[in-house]
Amino acid sequence: MAAMIAHAPILIIAIPLVAAFLTPLVGMASKRARNALVVVSLLFVAFLVFALARDVVTNGIRVYTLGAASPEQTIPTGFIMPVRIILEIDGMSIFMGLIITTVALASLIYSLHFLKGQTGQARFYSLMMLLYAGMMGLAFTGDMFNLFVFLEIASIAGAGLAAYRANMADAVEGGFKYIVVSTIAGLMVLFAVGILYAQYNVLSIAALAHYMQHTLLDIIALGLLGSVFVIKLAAVPLHMWAPDTYTVAPAGVTPMIYTSSAASMYALYRVSFTLYGSTIDTTTLGRVVIALGVLSMFVGVMMAVHQTDIKRLMAYHAISQSGYMLLGVGVGLAVLADPVALANYGRNAINGGIFHMINNALYKGMLFLTAEAIFFRIGTRDLNRMGGLGHKMKCTAGFFIIGALAISGIPPFNGFASKLLIYETVFKFNPVLSVIAMFVSLVTLASFTKVFYSTFTGPEIPAYKEVREVPKSMIIGMGILAACIIFFSIFPGVVMDTIVAPATEALIDQASYISAVMGGVP
Amino acid sequence: MFLVALGYRAGGNAPIYTDVPQGPMVLPVPQALNLTSIVINVAVLALMLTMVIQIHRHTGSLDSEKSRKLKG
Repeated sequence: MAAMIAHAPILIIAIPLVAAFLTPLVGMASKRARNALVVVSLLFVAFLVFALARDVVTNGIRVYTLGAASPEQTIPTGFIMPVRIILEIDGMSIFMGLIITTVALASLIYSLHFLKGQTGQARFYSLMMLLYAGMMGLAFTGDMFNLFVFLEIASIAGAGLAAYRANMADAVEGGFKYIVVSTIAGLMVLFAVGILYAQYNVLSIAALAHYMQHTLLDIIALGLLGSVFVIKLAAVPLHMWAPDTYTVAPAGVTPMIYTSSAASMYALYRVSFTLYGSTIDTTTLGRVVIALGVLSMFVGVMMAVHQTDIKRLMAYHAISQSGYMLLGVGVGLAVLADPVALANYGRNAINGGIFHMINNALYKGMLFLTAEAIFFRIGTRDLNRMGGLGHKMKCTAGFFIIGALAISGIPPFNGFASKLLIYETVFKFNPVLSVIAMFVSLVTLASFTKVFYSTFTGPEIPAYKEVREVPKSMIIGMGILAACIIFFSIFPGVVMDTIVAPATEALIDQASYISAVMGGVP
Repeated sequence: MFLVALGYRAGGNAPIYTDVPQGPMVLPVPQALNLTSIVINVAVLALMLTMVIQIHRHTGSLDSEKSRKLKG
């Protein structure tokens, strides 16, 4: 068991990769075996992630050096700096890993039945595992270049999946937009990595942070990296790809792509806190992040209100919710250099932002799944052509209500817990921001009320008389997420202490991230 | 090119450890990075081209202005 945990970091990335390439081969022999392979490997990885999470929370940062005699030996004998590829898992990485794994499990189980009768299923599962491996790699890596590689893996797999329904012209268009945007983003990362490498001759994040000099070139690299992750997480001025891609991606994929944008948000935090934390003026950076957050929150929700396509509407809400996370963490970043304010409200602001990340991945993922369940049964995403579905699709309607209440921050749901934390702390920083946040929350509720009424209530429409509840595997997929939401709603304190607080601590505590790799090197 | 130029040390030797001559060596890492990024970009390009083919099938045109089903 101990040996397994010691090697868990690489296994968590390697198993889905191997499974991705085995899937089409096994699929040629038997479809059942293929589905079993995918589900079992993901379940096993999920088990590893949970085991590793326990280990990280109790024992602190775990590093894994590829190719070293022992995983803990980050700097080879006779060298003064790390040259090997290092995976570094701290509270924040494992927190991201937990989000990704939960959403991936739910999406995968949901897809099992959703895909029945479609062609190219083997490729779908294969890409799904690749996307999972890419995201986990993004969360676990301690190396700038591997950040780029995993970002590209996740982008390629995500674009392929978004365009999965290639018989629909809009699906291909959405996928194409995603891959173009991602490639540009990827090239910018590569350029930034090049700049950093040219100056310091290392690629490890910890080592870079250790040697960071605060030169003009560093600022340029930060600008490049920052804008890349802002593109990828779809914050407002750079959000144009998100509604298109989220709308057309098949069920099960939308939550995954959404989670990969959360992983980009993780990368943004990792770069701004861990890589640059102590060398740059975090107040300015924090203000930029706050501005982006407020813009995304407000513009996102305003664009959502008038949408008639159910998934497009949800996509704009996703952008708006990302704004909350940016706002919370941005406030924390702005006061990072000021210990009094940090202890006073900064730490809680980061807590709120990060807690909102997991909450949002859960309920937003579930809402996307319910939207696809409706599309699965009636074949349209147009809200004006829906109605009375609550009579037949009771489970879906129930899940939708849970998700809608949670996203609007209605007590006692988990969205309320994290939003309250954000309101309170942001109020201490600047009351106006907090008022905007509450207003946005109100509009969100209004918009979801509209969706609920036009979709589920009203008399039965004759055209949908034959509509039945969605198959079991889809209900289980949504159920996993709903169960998590309810658990988080009842015990927000437990979640906060066990996974959120260590993640915040990991972000703030740059020194121990560095020393985990650099050891005693001056 | 940018990446390879980064690792170049004037008058350096190829970074092959067996039978290494005296003197500075060219940094091997940027070359590895470059190869990786080339491989990745080939994959991206292939994916993009397949999508372009699909779009052409649907719209009968390669003009991106005509591929505008998604709005709003």
